[in-house]
Amino acid sequence: MTRALIALLSGTLFGAGLAYSGMSDPARVQAFLDLLGQWDPTLAFVMGGAMLPMAVAWVIRSRLSSPLAAPTFDLPGTTKLDRPLAIGAILFGMGWGIAGLCPGPALADLAIAPGDVAPFVVAMFVGMAAQRFVPFLSQKPKQAGPK
Amino acid sequence: MGGLLIGLAAAIMLLGLGRIAGVSGMAARATGIADSGAPRNVAIAFVVGLPLGALLIAQTVGAVNVSFPASIWPLIIGGLLVGYGTRLGSGCTSGHGVCGLSRLSPRSMVATGMFMASGFVTVGLLRAGGWQ
Repeated sequence: MTRALIALLSGTLFGAGLAYSGMSDPARVQAFLDLLGQWDPTLAFVMGGAMLPMAVAWVIRSRLSSPLAAPTFDLPGTTKLDRPLAIGAILFGMGWGIAGLCPGPALADLAIAPGDVAPFVVAMFVGMAAQRFVPFLSQKPKQAGPK
Repeated sequence: MGGLLIGLAAAIMLLGLGRIAGVSGMAARATGIADSGAPRNVAIAFVVGLPLGALLIAQTVGAVNVSFPASIWPLIIGGLLVGYGTRLGSGCTSGHGVCGLSRLSPRSMVATGMFMASGFVTVGLLRAGGWQ
């Protein structure tokens, strides 16, 4: 119960940050990705700003033997640069550019413009399920978990 | 300011629950598409928090402006690619971009470089082709 509440707090702050920063606006995300056109670089500062607390958090993490409210750290340990990583990132980038949405903003927008974002969210889950059940590009049968 | 909130959220997930606040992974876990990862209740609570936080901003700070592609097709095609790609590549902007880059993870640096480059090229082509 405590863990679910901590996760809810984390998700809520995350969604608030996305909405507050403009990351949840597909038109602004596309302007950020429009490097050769009328480039709007402000979202780069949002990503940079998000990395500051996290850089501190990684330092604190290295001094903790376990997290504050769970028995162990469960973090990605793979360091292998493989084909699924590269192909997945390229496909994701294409979709990000085409729609102006990535998973966090899409889910946050369910509270802002549910009718507009619904087709994207449904398609996103179909795509996720397709990768799980039809993993023809994957070298391994199962993903290692969330990153 | 918004960026700091996102980073704080990810820091709470890391230090409180020992996990990466990766939205694609949490969303796949919450819906049962992924059968490993965060405990189900943690994933569901995190995912429910995202629209809740956006709603909170809309109610307190003021209207959140969003403008979507006029046609439904970019949303459907984009959604399919984002869903498939983030699962295959083990993460999205939050997991690889925010959490992985700040950890100096080589996989995340490569993934972030590639999805940013892919996004730049895609939008460049769409604009050049007059589609957007």
